[in-house]
Amino acid sequence: MLVTSVGKLRLEKPGMVASGIMDETGQSIKRMLRSGAGAVVTKSIGSNPNRGHPNPTFTEVKGGYINAMGLPNPGIELFRDEMAVAAKCGNVIGSIYGSSPEEFSGLAAKMEEYGAAAVELNLSCPHAKGYGMELGTDPETVGSIVSAVKSAVNIPVWTKLTPNTHIIGGLAMAVQDAEGDAIVAINTVKAMVISPQFGKPILSNKFGGLSGPAVRSIGVRTVFDIRAAVDVPIVGVGGISDWRDAVQYIMAGASAFQIGSAIGTKGICVFETINKDLERFMTDYGYGSISDMVGVAHE
Amino acid sequence: MSDTVRIIGIIEDSHDTKTLEFHWDEKALPGQFIMVWVPGMEEIPMSLSKVDRIKSITVKKIGKDTEKLHSLGLGDPMRIRGPYGKGFDLRKSKKMLIVGGGAGAAAVIPAVKETGADTIIGARTDKDIIMDYADRYTKNLWIATDDGSRGFHGNAVQLMKEKASDRKYDMILACGPEIMLYHLYNACVELNIDCQMSLERHMKCGAGVCGCCVIDDMRVCKDGPVFTREQISQMKDFGMLSRDECGRAVKR
Repeated sequence: MLVTSVGKLRLEKPGMVASGIMDETGQSIKRMLRSGAGAVVTKSIGSNPNRGHPNPTFTEVKGGYINAMGLPNPGIELFRDEMAVAAKCGNVIGSIYGSSPEEFSGLAAKMEEYGAAAVELNLSCPHAKGYGMELGTDPETVGSIVSAVKSAVNIPVWTKLTPNTHIIGGLAMAVQDAEGDAIVAINTVKAMVISPQFGKPILSNKFGGLSGPAVRSIGVRTVFDIRAAVDVPIVGVGGISDWRDAVQYIMAGASAFQIGSAIGTKGICVFETINKDLERFMTDYGYGSISDMVGVAHE
Repeated sequence: MSDTVRIIGIIEDSHDTKTLEFHWDEKALPGQFIMVWVPGMEEIPMSLSKVDRIKSITVKKIGKDTEKLHSLGLGDPMRIRGPYGKGFDLRKSKKMLIVGGGAGAAAVIPAVKETGADTIIGARTDKDIIMDYADRYTKNLWIATDDGSRGFHGNAVQLMKEKASDRKYDMILACGPEIMLYHLYNACVELNIDCQMSLERHMKCGAGVCGCCVIDDMRVCKDGPVFTREQISQMKDFGMLSRDECGRAVKR
């Protein structure tokens, strides 16, 4: 009942672990793949080891978390060892970040070689200078990166977009024109938290990205806008912590969804809970499959 | 969850270690930790060395962040968040022994206070011993120093083996350097005593989200920091391997 597909990639369960959450090591990916998730997206991996920003990199705020991890990762070469453990356990989506079409292509080819089921292009991280959202808010740049990666690999190429834009339709069109296989939306919303007592931003990077329940309605709206603009399969992400949240994304147009922050707040059991509750909802309301629900809010 | 507290008491524990006390109403359990930050340092995890309404952290000066905490005075604000993680389970045992090594002694003191259990505190030398005021809470406080300058001449694991031979402990609680915990764990297996150990890794979010503090597939911040003997027995990384800030595996 919960089987779904994102383009050509078939998933036994519609929920995935979002990039950046319990997905930096082979062992943790393996654990998450056994938790009821249909796939795990890796931490975003770049060409070289990166320490990320210094702490404080994370804090709780009302309605969610703000983080500015700054893309910490061991680099694509060392990540081979983690993928060797993880990829044989299920669908691992390799998230990658770079600063040019060539860099993205090289990283994607490595991920394909390591056994990734798809790659997810991080064109949306709001807190890393020269990467992520800085590239991902220009349709032409998005198009050239997607197109380069498409010609470098045979596995599906997903593009993760940012909500920090007024031209989400244009960005989605750029992905579609470049024959991208799916759009993942949203990444975190650019945000800041200031300490009244110290009179300073708390995160070392000053600003970061907001996630959790506070961004869910922004995410649902963004997915709705993307569905209205293009026919590319969509993966919904942003503030999902229960079946109601997941169904909203599916009805807005997503074929599958990802969960990040709720793994912290609800625990690793969040996938099993949602799977069970989702099935009950579908039975009660007469939906025979996930695809029956995709985009119904547009009808 | 997050708060800015003022320091209301400072205790000089030793030549390089200080306890900073503050009022905080949040409920905390022995073995839990908080993330601590003031401008000018990186935020770091610290075990709570007092868990009542007045709480405290005990800071050994080992680098620039702990040096910054040492520079704070009475009334100075500190941003904290937590308490995080799973503490010690104090109900599982009828006769326990608590072992604290080096700065790790601070993390086990709330458990000593709550249970009154027999306790070993170990350090390199007499001048490095902290938390020996624990004799207020327990009838049996034994000190071990590597150089024999105070108490038992030898390390905490050797002393634990000696004490365990004539007293039937069913549980060891411990915090300290991983090399000590590694040998202590092996001693527990050898003597067939259950244990719970508080472990440490480089930490960022503290809240079970980012996954950077994993030992094998267990998050120190959320699944730990206190792990059971059964959990530790599944860890290939324990005593062997940790991860740096980039997530690279580093041999210990």
